[in-house]
Amino acid sequence: MIEWLSRPWPWYIAGPLIGLMVPFLLIIGNKTFGISSSLRHICAAIIPSKIPFFSYDWKKEAWNLFFVGGVLIGGFIAASFLDANAPLDLNPNLTSELNSYNVSINGGLLPTDIFSWENLFTIRGFILIVVGGFLVGFGTRYAGGCTSGHSIMGLSNLQLPSLIATCCFMAGGFVMANLVLPLILKLV
Amino acid sequence: MQTGFVQRPSPKENYDFEVRSLNAESLNSESFREPWYRYLIYLVAGVAFGIILVKAQVVSWFRIQEMFRLQSFHMYGVIGSAVVVGMISVFIIKKFKIRSIDGEQIILPQKKFSMGQVYGGLMFGFGWAMTGACPGPIFAQIGTGATVVVITLLSAIAGTWVYGRFRDKLPA
Repeated sequence: MIEWLSRPWPWYIAGPLIGLMVPFLLIIGNKTFGISSSLRHICAAIIPSKIPFFSYDWKKEAWNLFFVGGVLIGGFIAASFLDANAPLDLNPNLTSELNSYNVSINGGLLPTDIFSWENLFTIRGFILIVVGGFLVGFGTRYAGGCTSGHSIMGLSNLQLPSLIATCCFMAGGFVMANLVLPLILKLV
Repeated sequence: MQTGFVQRPSPKENYDFEVRSLNAESLNSESFREPWYRYLIYLVAGVAFGIILVKAQVVSWFRIQEMFRLQSFHMYGVIGSAVVVGMISVFIIKKFKIRSIDGEQIILPQKKFSMGQVYGGLMFGFGWAMTGACPGPIFAQIGTGATVVVITLLSAIAGTWVYGRFRDKLPA
């Protein structure tokens, strides 16, 4: 069992399990699936600064913070106990493209040539980690949701705004990954 | 109780589907408090979600790059099948008017269109391709031991705060 769990899970197992989060949260506590709101609740809890957007009783939304805390613990459990160090079977085109930018594939989930403390203050490390993170936080709140809130919860509920948001997520990602990221990765 | 230190806007002003406790239609009223052990269930659900994200490699920066370069079907399979299962579930819940275990009617918010979904959506797309993470995977990545992602998280919190601070000046 553990051995089977330790292999990378195929999409047709993982995807439906993620989808089941939607009815599970609705039935357990009438909660709508969505992760990025947790960032807003964190702001409301620690730096509300009398901004109306953060002036609400975040404790009533605390379930969301328990949920993301669980996600962090889940990441720890998966990496510590369920990891068979299965190498990523990456598309060779991606491998050779990344190698040309001195980004090596070393078996982890993130390329340590960029995402590590040593590389945080290289130009490309700073842009991808700090600027990238900022865009994730700003963009998801401006859009009113992220992959979970819009793409999974919103689309499950047939919301047109969520479809528009999802198309924009993908469009932004395509432009960044194909046109802009190569330029950033060249900056060392 | 009412000696509030923060002047809270009325629910109407701050009506927002993201903050369900502000939503007047929600039956989760002031008087209703969830029992403490309920939070344990949310924690466990989060743990399960985190394990799934890592084991399906959804939290891999490399898998996100493949997705945006159309070099692999994997991520499309994960998100696509999640949406299909979610859609069927929501359909069943609505069709049979299934209630939550507290007996509440399940009301799903209707989202309104705003230009934020376009501008914000594009910005999040940029950030997603840069960090290789949407908000859920950020937490999962930290859990796997990629501690530098704490900086990504702090940046994302800062981004959220800056949005909240200037939201009335942004085109909506």
